[in-house]
Amino acid sequence: MSNPYAKLPGWAEYGLIPLINLVVAFMVAGLVVLLVGENPLNAAYHMINGAFGRGEYIGFTLYYATTFIFTGLSVAVAFHAGLFNIGSEGQAYIGGIGVALACLWLDKTMPWFIVFPIAMFGSIFFGALWAFLPGWLQARRGSHIVITTIMFNFIASSLMVYLLTRVLKPLGSMAPQTRTFAEGGQLPKLDWLLSIFGLDIGNAPFNISFLLALLAAFGVWVLIWRTKLGYEMRTMGHSPSAARYAGISETRITIVVMMISGGLAGMMALNPIMGEQFRMQLDFVQGAGFVGIAVALMGRSHPAGIIPAAILFGMLYQGGAEIAFEMPAISRDMIVIIQGLVILFAGALENMFRPAIGRGFASFGQRFPVAAQKGA
Amino acid sequence: MSDIAIELRGIDKSFGLVHANRNINLTVRKGTIHGIIGENGAGKSTLMSILYGFYQADRGEIVVDGKTVTIKDPNAAIASGIGMVHQHFMLVENFTVLENVMLGAEDSQILNTSIAKARVELKRLEKEYALEVDPDALIEELPVGLQQRVEILKALYRKADILILDEPTGVLTPAEADHLFRILGQLKDQGKTIILITHKLREIMAITDEVSVMRRGEMVATRPTAETSVEELAELMVGRRVLLRVDKGEANPGAVKFSVKNLTVRDGRGVTMVDNVSFDIRAGEIVGIAGVAGNGQSELLETISGIRKAVSGSVDLNGTPIDMTGNADPRDLRDRGLAHVPEDRHHVGLVLKFEESENSILGYHHDKRYLNGVFLNIDAIRADAEEKIQKYDIRPPNPRLRTANFSGGNQQKIVLAREMERGPDVLIIGQPTRGVDVGAIEFIHKRIIEMRDQGKAVLLVSVELDEIRALSDRILVMFAGRIVGERAPDATEGELGLLMAGVEGRKEAAE
Repeated sequence: MSNPYAKLPGWAEYGLIPLINLVVAFMVAGLVVLLVGENPLNAAYHMINGAFGRGEYIGFTLYYATTFIFTGLSVAVAFHAGLFNIGSEGQAYIGGIGVALACLWLDKTMPWFIVFPIAMFGSIFFGALWAFLPGWLQARRGSHIVITTIMFNFIASSLMVYLLTRVLKPLGSMAPQTRTFAEGGQLPKLDWLLSIFGLDIGNAPFNISFLLALLAAFGVWVLIWRTKLGYEMRTMGHSPSAARYAGISETRITIVVMMISGGLAGMMALNPIMGEQFRMQLDFVQGAGFVGIAVALMGRSHPAGIIPAAILFGMLYQGGAEIAFEMPAISRDMIVIIQGLVILFAGALENMFRPAIGRGFASFGQRFPVAAQKGA
Repeated sequence: MSDIAIELRGIDKSFGLVHANRNINLTVRKGTIHGIIGENGAGKSTLMSILYGFYQADRGEIVVDGKTVTIKDPNAAIASGIGMVHQHFMLVENFTVLENVMLGAEDSQILNTSIAKARVELKRLEKEYALEVDPDALIEELPVGLQQRVEILKALYRKADILILDEPTGVLTPAEADHLFRILGQLKDQGKTIILITHKLREIMAITDEVSVMRRGEMVATRPTAETSVEELAELMVGRRVLLRVDKGEANPGAVKFSVKNLTVRDGRGVTMVDNVSFDIRAGEIVGIAGVAGNGQSELLETISGIRKAVSGSVDLNGTPIDMTGNADPRDLRDRGLAHVPEDRHHVGLVLKFEESENSILGYHHDKRYLNGVFLNIDAIRADAEEKIQKYDIRPPNPRLRTANFSGGNQQKIVLAREMERGPDVLIIGQPTRGVDVGAIEFIHKRIIEMRDQGKAVLLVSVELDEIRALSDRILVMFAGRIVGERAPDATEGELGLLMAGVEGRKEAAE
């Protein structure tokens, strides 16, 4: 068509549509709450209050958000190159080995600000390693990355059971976990950040890996839109045939991107291991890798969208736990349903309202052509 | 009974912000061939899709044979006696002709009785309209011209009185096209009404009775064909006067810049697509490759530009021999002075979701002048894009606009600017004006001639025979993966047509 392809103004594309999707998701979730005989408004109150009602709650919300920023970025980076990395879960899990090793090695002799960067490189190394294998298999052997990364999640899970019950567990302990780290393996909390707003962090494990997550988000933005590698990734993601035409090596990009994606997923391990539990436990990832997929989808794979999306999911986690506590009829599984609905509407049904909104803008544009042109 | 077959009144259709059809009025008289002409994106296909029930009009009404009808899907269109022959055939490849014709129009649940009936009916139709096809031949074994005939039979089998043909000659040789036109003439004589959609002015002049011109979603004129001229129609299509001839001086061929040697290429299924092809291109000449689409031209282009691997063969680029069976990658060839304007700009030459400036470095993004270390030098990239936009008159002149928002002609200019401004020694161009509006065609042709006059070696592949004849200094004809003949640009269309159909070529190759 010689006419411009129907495109929505930026604020509608990135603001209005996600908002509408979210509202619909919550409305359907409200119906589910009604169905089990509870008052949805009541539930909404508990969710929001539970997520933001107190400094401590906010601290928990942001603690979860930190985790989801890392896994969201991990998925998003791969998306940009047209790769669907479902393995962030396993890569984060294996990334934990790097964190644990650094802490076990140095926690008694070094302060946290020395251990932290070493643990960070450890997590990146192990996470990237775990993503390298599926990346290599896809690039060289044609094994589809969706299949291999799922399988690698299971392998990671089994491997960690072995390591935590046989290798990393202190002698004589009954629990499948490493020993508790000394001071050097514990990250400082961001209580000062909350106290700027007059909030008290309480027991919340909100720690400085949040700042690292923000830094990583900025780094991803630079990588995708300001580097040659990012340009090549986007070319391949949008059009593999154009990438071949431009002489971009699919093999190289696939492997490199998967390693970056795995490294970002691995960094997630810093938050729970060094920031909350001060030891590596079985299943510490708790599905954050999969939530990362939803976060990346909802945030349109853009760091500026991933951060709010991660905070939203942090709110669902923290506020959801609060609902389950306050309203016994709503179990923990119900919260999973609500999260699932958000993923469904924000991710899978992303385009459901787009045509209608496009038509709305079109008819608006016909009635007020000048205003609409300014908007576009 | 009126003598009007179809009347469209005030048809209006928008897709989101795109207004594809604006208040279209069209009257097609019974028993005539009515041409609809317009540039790509003028709204022809949308209009016909509305008529055939793929889309619903936002406003307006359709009158068939004096009755106002609602066409909500293709079944309703068929019930109203409207049949369509699509640009891309809707045939099941591994079914026979008979099975394809009756598909979806079976009489009963028992297939055998339907087949028997259909066979009788098909025989009758073949006789009546002189459309012989073997009913038991598999579609995949038929040449394209016959496949199209099956499409026409399908429409007739469904008792269509009005036939819509969408760009029917795009895939045909000139001889096959002539044959199609004869068939259409016969159908007209039998009282059928035919709507022919095309962007080829020559076809309109050759067989239509009346012609309607569309431009930017509007019906701008309807003329009896006998009272109009190619020049007038071109002007109506574009909205201004256009130069249809290409002005070019004598070629001054120099030394051989690029040669292809014994190149053989197979596709994924192991079918030989390019069969032992060799040719030379000299500095300062345009070599055109003519041929019906699908005879190996695409594979040839992809291979010599490094996208596809050859089974055997090599090229000589500026005197450097390059083996095409190994890792001759596009970047390496670019560095050695080969530029490539690919046939498919939407999927290969451009990334439609990119900003214009991002596309203006595609393939050249390794160049130091666009980079600061590993970072993109956004300012330099945009400045460079601005320069090209100026020089090639790309509109709108906005390097930050998404490439998908440019028209076909402007998109092609983005690719041409990128590949030509590098000052390559060898320029390979596939389908330079496919889907490009008439106004831009002029510009693109001029640029190609300019490249030649600057002493570049130019290889031109196009399915538009007129274009090949107008631009080339030498014409090679490709058929079934082989170069079957070389001709001067003043060779007649008939002569080239025979070569393209593989008739002459076989003799020549055997000699």
